[in-house]
Amino acid sequence: MIAVDVRNVQVRYERVVALDGINLELNAGTALGIVGPNGSGKSTLLKTIAGLVKPTSGTVTVFGQSPRALKPGTIGYVPQIEDVDWQFPASVRDVVSMGRYPRLGPFAQFSVHDRKAVADALAALDLTGLADRHIAQLSGGQQQRTFVARAIAQEPQLLLLDEPTTGVDAATEDALLEVVRGLVRGGMPVLMTTHDLDRASDWFDRLIVVDGRVLADGDPQTVLAGGAYVSIREHTHTHGHLRADHH
Amino acid sequence: MDALLAPFAEQYMQRAFVAALVVGLLCSTMGTYVVLRKLSFIGDGLAHASFAGIVIAYLRGLNYAFGAAVVTVVTALGIGYVHRRAKISLDTTIGVLFTAAFALGIFLMTHYSRSSVDLQSYLFGSILGVSQSDLLMIVGLALFVGIVVAAFYRPLLYTSFDPIVAEAAGIRAPFIENVLLVLLSLTIIVSLQLVGIILVAALLVTPAASAAQLTKRFVPMMVISGVFGVVSSVGGLYLSYTIGSASGATMVLLATLLFFVSMGVSAVRRRRLSL
Repeated sequence: MIAVDVRNVQVRYERVVALDGINLELNAGTALGIVGPNGSGKSTLLKTIAGLVKPTSGTVTVFGQSPRALKPGTIGYVPQIEDVDWQFPASVRDVVSMGRYPRLGPFAQFSVHDRKAVADALAALDLTGLADRHIAQLSGGQQQRTFVARAIAQEPQLLLLDEPTTGVDAATEDALLEVVRGLVRGGMPVLMTTHDLDRASDWFDRLIVVDGRVLADGDPQTVLAGGAYVSIREHTHTHGHLRADHH
Repeated sequence: MDALLAPFAEQYMQRAFVAALVVGLLCSTMGTYVVLRKLSFIGDGLAHASFAGIVIAYLRGLNYAFGAAVVTVVTALGIGYVHRRAKISLDTTIGVLFTAAFALGIFLMTHYSRSSVDLQSYLFGSILGVSQSDLLMIVGLALFVGIVVAAFYRPLLYTSFDPIVAEAAGIRAPFIENVLLVLLSLTIIVSLQLVGIILVAALLVTPAASAAQLTKRFVPMMVISGVFGVVSSVGGLYLSYTIGSASGATMVLLATLLFFVSMGVSAVRRRRLSL
């Protein structure tokens, strides 16, 4: 089953072209890694699939529908941890509970299932002991795990992760890997951006190299051996690059 | 004892106390969202914008609250729209649109109206002039705001913390923002008669800012803010009656006092923790 279908998508921010003719199909039960230099449009690609950025041209469908038309709770999105104010008055459990909010109508109370989903997500990311801690008192790795736990508690059908392994300790990366691979085994389609190429084969079934367009696409070992990523890295290094990642 | 209860003897004072209680509670709970979303400037701006509506309603012989509500809600939705569309920063949008609406009010008032005495009371509030029908409107609108906040409690909270992820998960963040802006407009209109345009932002922001010093959880913050709001408004009214000061200003100064006390408590706590 095709979970995500990206057709000829172009995204422009004023004069900067972030994505220029992206084509991508992703099946259920597949973990897709997205690599590329800073400003290559990796984050923009995730945001476009999440329906947060509207393509200037082309179409995105998720399970056959426009992302904005999906039932609330369908897309679980894990942003980079710098994107929120960690002084916000909330505990780890409060934030993970937010994962359930899109599924609850006005005045609805948390059901037994809602509570269980939150407890399971906390346990899966090894956060049960930290559940009542304020989010400002967490390490970067713990904050990252809190965000992933919130997405898991949502029980999404598609998971999008924006560089979840950047700046986290090895134990956190192991925990994240186990959770994500478990979801993929259960049939979840996953898209994840990363800079970490060493463990690409552990994480992903498929890897794409993006720099405005898809430059290489295939199983991780073949793509990395193909040298597409190395060549754009060198290109970026010598010529610099417009940043279009953070919008 | 009789002396202590003296302010409650007159009927107009009883109405004033009920109004103060309702407005104190409403402003301070809505203020929690205002502070967490860093919208303090909006409260002030919306209050100023309402002035144009009051003047227009006054000149046309309409109900002032109706005029204020229309202009304030339209301006609130306008800034939301302009901000999202034009990619102009929120504080710039507010700075432009709300001062424009206030200027329009002053322009209309000075150009068309001979006596501007009645309008002055909206600048500084006149809680002692709350009539039976004013009170009904205040309570009615406050109930409405309370019910809508209860209905949208979760999406309001989620979009305050992380609007991007909330939106990706299917919560319509722009709609929720518009709901909040409309509720804020209504809150401000309800409060105008008590504290006036110039000071209403303080009732919105100060109790919530004080509560934020004392707790790191959302629900306790809303509760503490509510308590501080009511203590400031009801206490301020009582004090102003006793010492003969302006009620709106007394409420705001009391709220400010609570803010500094909260800051002090928070500083002492932090020092204890670090020792």
